[in-house]
Amino acid sequence: MRRLLAVPYFIWMLVFVITPLLLMAGYSFLDFSGNITLNNYAEFFSGNYIKMTVSSFWYAFLITIFTLLVSYPLALAVRMTSNKTMWLLIIILPTWINLLLKTYAFIGIFGRNGVVNGIAGWLNIGGFQLLFSDAAFIIVSVYIFMPFMLLPVFNAIDDIDNNLLNAARDLGASRTEVLFKVIMPLSVEGVKTGVQVVFIPSLSLFMITRLITGNKVITLGTAIEQQFLTNENWGMGSTIGVFLILMMLIVMIFTGGSSKKRVNKI
Amino acid sequence: MKKLSHLYLLIVIVLLYFPILYLMFYSFNSAGNMSSFDSFTLEHYISVFTNQRLIVIIINTLAVALISSAAAVLIGLGGALFMYNVKNSTRRILLSINNIMIVSPDVIIGASLLILFTLAGISLGSVSVVLAHIAFSVPIVVLMILPKLYNMNHSLVDAARDLGADYKTIILKVIIPYINPGIIAGFFMALTYSLDDFAVTFFVTGSGFSVLSVEIYAMARRGISLEINAVSTLIFLFVFALVFIYYLLSTHKQLKKEKVL
Repeated sequence: MRRLLAVPYFIWMLVFVITPLLLMAGYSFLDFSGNITLNNYAEFFSGNYIKMTVSSFWYAFLITIFTLLVSYPLALAVRMTSNKTMWLLIIILPTWINLLLKTYAFIGIFGRNGVVNGIAGWLNIGGFQLLFSDAAFIIVSVYIFMPFMLLPVFNAIDDIDNNLLNAARDLGASRTEVLFKVIMPLSVEGVKTGVQVVFIPSLSLFMITRLITGNKVITLGTAIEQQFLTNENWGMGSTIGVFLILMMLIVMIFTGGSSKKRVNKI
Repeated sequence: MKKLSHLYLLIVIVLLYFPILYLMFYSFNSAGNMSSFDSFTLEHYISVFTNQRLIVIIINTLAVALISSAAAVLIGLGGALFMYNVKNSTRRILLSINNIMIVSPDVIIGASLLILFTLAGISLGSVSVVLAHIAFSVPIVVLMILPKLYNMNHSLVDAARDLGADYKTIILKVIIPYINPGIIAGFFMALTYSLDDFAVTFFVTGSGFSVLSVEIYAMARRGISLEINAVSTLIFLFVFALVFIYYLLSTHKQLKKEKVL
């Protein structure tokens, strides 16, 4: 009976999770007309794609660092408030708005006649083009990912026993010492989870790059989308996909692969 | 120090809400752009409500979310019940397979499902979108239900069995009532993921069928259209109202609990 109830689940996982990934791995060995080949891999290593992978990695790295730099002090600040749940809810609330709508807002804000250029003109730094630049891509991504970094970091910081901090203060540690020697080491796990939930999606974003940077920034995600939906070269798209999955695994190994924790705490 | 941290908190919150308020503000702009406010108008809202295509798309979006979440709950519940009763080592393997879908980037899920649907001869449209949404919701449901199962005192199940209940009765009368909060949480989590998804749907939808996020992407690629602003204002107000009610209910419950104690 118990087994019978689980049958749909196993069929589902087999058909819609395992099979598609295996098919994708298989397709990475097929060329445009369906012959078995290693050409996709040869092309991937031939230069252009390696360059794109490195730059995609670099952007994801920058986005993750900036997201962490914004979120960590924010988590500390939320911990200090008297009504933590409410403030957390206020920060999390915008994540329920579809990220496309938020990205779309930035088209207006960063546009030639948008508010950022307006302020810049008023300060006499003159009209510059922020939309379609890589800085804009990073700002928008940090904006979108910040709450996802905040949650695990806040959970880790909030779990720290207040007595520990008081003890450190009593024993003569300064505020900075408490921060660097007590709080930070005790919140490493949260930071790792945060890095995991920000880094992997930033490698694969394609809608933000398309809308905000035109086609200037190309991430692994943009390349896959391009190969699959525009060029219809599924072989090459799958090859890039295989590399994206490999990178994901590398990131997960480095950050401890504790994705279970993350969902439990939401 | 405390003042500084409060100030930082406020600045971040202002920056977080600024783009959303910006969208809402210009949804009332009669000039039709997002840079110079001309005069107040409701024409963009009227055009949303008279745009039949858009209304069909909103209904599609809600239907896909509700159908896929309900199906995911049924499938995931069976999986969670199974995992609850297996050896630790087996469960660890099953859970890591379960987690593949959760950590996979959307592009990978979308592209690999596109290959599957094409090879299986499933035409791209409403069916493929619902199947894809169920696919990424099932693992989430399992993860939301499992902790509840572990919180349950196993003697409850033993007692029921000793008293002569068969497996069906145990599940329906003992386990499901106990883990109900987890099932509801799983359903809403699946609903959120489904409503929020863009990338997966973008890959597996055909030309005849569209959901809101895909439609917004198509509109935004063509440039600024204040209809999007009007839609997002409506969505934001809706979400805000829901969360506010949820917050009131949960604090109310907590207050009640404290009073009892």
